Amino acid sequence: MSTDVTAEGGHGAVPTGPEVPVEPRAAVSRRDWPLYEVFVRGKRGLNHVHVGSLHAPDDEMAVHAARDVFTRRNEGVSIWVVKAADITASSPDEKDPMFAPSGDKVYRHPTFYEIPENVPHM
Amino acid sequence: MSAPTLERPAPDETALQQQFDATIAADHRIEPRDWMPEGYRKTLIRQVAQHAHSEIIGMQPEGDWLLAAPSLRRKAILLAKVQDEAGHGLYLYSAAETLGADRADLTDKLIEGRQKYSSIFNYPTLTYADVGVIGWLVDGAAICNQVPLCRSSYGPYARAMIRVCKEESFHQRQGYELLMTMMRGTPEQRAMVQDAVDRWWWPSLMMFGPPDDDSPNSAQSMAWGIKRHSNDELRQRFVDMTVPQAEFLGVTLPDPELSLDPETGHHRFGAIDWDEFKRVISGHGPKNAERIARRRAARDDNAWVTEAATTYAAKHAEAVA
Amino acid sequence: MGHEETVYEALDHAHGGEGHWAFGTGFDEPLAGVDTTVPDGVDPADLGTYCLMLGDDALVLAQRLTQWVTAAPELEEEVAVANVALDLLGQARLLLARAGSVGVLGRSRERATESIPDEDALAYFRDPDEFRNTALVEAENGDFGQTMARLLVASTVRLAVFSRLRESRDPVLAAIAAKGVNELAYHRDHAARWVLRLGDGTGESHRRVQAGVDAVGPLLADVLTATDVEQRLVAGGVAVDPADVREEVRSVLTQVLDQATLRVPEWPADTPPRGRVGQHGPELTTLLATLQGLARQHPAATW
Repeated sequence: MSTDVTAEGGHGAVPTGPEVPVEPRAAVSRRDWPLYEVFVRGKRGLNHVHVGSLHAPDDEMAVHAARDVFTRRNEGVSIWVVKAADITASSPDEKDPMFAPSGDKVYRHPTFYEIPENVPHM
Repeated sequence: MSAPTLERPAPDETALQQQFDATIAADHRIEPRDWMPEGYRKTLIRQVAQHAHSEIIGMQPEGDWLLAAPSLRRKAILLAKVQDEAGHGLYLYSAAETLGADRADLTDKLIEGRQKYSSIFNYPTLTYADVGVIGWLVDGAAICNQVPLCRSSYGPYARAMIRVCKEESFHQRQGYELLMTMMRGTPEQRAMVQDAVDRWWWPSLMMFGPPDDDSPNSAQSMAWGIKRHSNDELRQRFVDMTVPQAEFLGVTLPDPELSLDPETGHHRFGAIDWDEFKRVISGHGPKNAERIARRRAARDDNAWVTEAATTYAAKHAEAVA
Repeated sequence: MGHEETVYEALDHAHGGEGHWAFGTGFDEPLAGVDTTVPDGVDPADLGTYCLMLGDDALVLAQRLTQWVTAAPELEEEVAVANVALDLLGQARLLLARAGSVGVLGRSRERATESIPDEDALAYFRDPDEFRNTALVEAENGDFGQTMARLLVASTVRLAVFSRLRESRDPVLAAIAAKGVNELAYHRDHAARWVLRLGDGTGESHRRVQAGVDAVGPLLADVLTATDVEQRLVAGGVAVDPADVREEVRSVLTQVLDQATLRVPEWPADTPPRGRVGQHGPELTTLLATLQGLARQHPAATW
């Protein structure tokens, strides 16, 4: 009985069976907003560091959404946003040829830099 | 002008697998552009997506009380909390996107029932005490699950979880503080708290998933460092953490078999009735339909907004170019 | 507490642990050190009533915006709209508390027990006819376009009022206004960005947001004429005369709507104030029934 529940992710027990009733309906077609990477300078004297990403229709909306989502409008911080597609990244171990067949979407997200331990609010 | 693409020697998959295994063994993080086994990628996408869906659907049980919160202070706290959950979903979808998933596609899968979310959010919130108990027990259980995930072997997931966990402490504390206030209130309020504890205790234990000997996928996830502790270990930790908190609060946890084992220092607890869990879940089937319907409405009713912004951006990008 | 709990505490501490993510940074008490004495020559009843006008506008609009939480287009907007609602809720609490502290509690104290703070007595235990908000904020949301059109108009008016109110002779109102202007400028800009994108987006979005603007436009009439209370307070250097902000409001709205390729609605004819003197539509009764229901079921409870 219990095997049709699995514990994955932060809120645990997720049903695995098809028993959850959801009426089938075709998805509405739409054009999605591009992905932006967000960099925040938490305090004066620090570098901007990567804090995450979000979707926005354009640059102006992206920078304001970043403020709402990642700083809850903390005045005095500085935010950079850049379209993920516009980032050029190195290939860490020249393994891209292996990776490429898995889909080019991964390249939209080449960063998520390691953040030093002593950076606050990260 | 870019250089011509030159042919390279074919990569050695065995070597890549060895390097992946060595990274995991050394407790280092796997990063988005690293080679990874397909099973690892798929398991992670499923887990991170389910986690993100749970955050987003998890806004609704408490969100039902946003307009009716009984004081302005409670309204502000609850609004900030529900807002955080939207943020958590957003961070987690981002982590899934580093694996090649797409947020809009994951949302479609949720709405079409092809991906699931945590069953706990299909329980109704009958009184305002439920808001407190969700913070205390459900978020408490989530913290037990989530803190180890801050050390998940996949870097973006681990980093998203650090941010999430930081915010979850506020969630659990506001819940417990609400319950303390209600327990000092009227007899009616105290009864509401006990009733909510009675309804949420067992579902909270069920959040940790099936017992270890009935959890076939766990071993692989543990080996990959996606999961750090077994279901039963985490469940035990949660019970040990919660029992003294319940005593302090002055509520009774609805389990006559609950007792401290002096030998081990752990609390023994009664058997979880999984059939009951399933019955309750299916008995409240309408909640599932309602939760999904709200997500569907948010997507479909506002599709014109999303599209308008895209169109505006395209017009003005052309104007600049 | 188990091992992971300790890990968690350490993590929380290492990353600042000051609740940065919960409510925004800083927990400055906005009224710390502010003189709360009612200025000479000012009738406390007038001052309190004026605080109710501004406070009720914020409370009712916050409630309307909160209806979008779990229903907004995209998660980013979910977070943004909640931020605006939280700001307004904060303004409402300060203003209602000020009204209570100068003794303006209406009939709320006949129902609310002593343990209930003034802000909650006023929010939860007044009847609709005691609410002083304008028709502009109590109208239903409509679709997202209409919601943003209303937010644009309401935050433009409120920002114009608050920026002048920073000079109020009442130090409490001046402090509340000083804190509020930054928030309101952000709300206005957020709404303006959306009105621009919807107006100059697709044919459908243009049509919808124009309908929203047209629905909201006439409601301006209820905001821009002073009540007797306001007139007396304007004379005393405490309140802002709504007539003084008309030109600014008209200019800002025209600028945004022009750029959004939208038609500026006809400026409404002057009418005697209704909402400010407690005359409301059925929308407010419904809104308050939801807001107040639980608190009124348990008048002796503390939360």
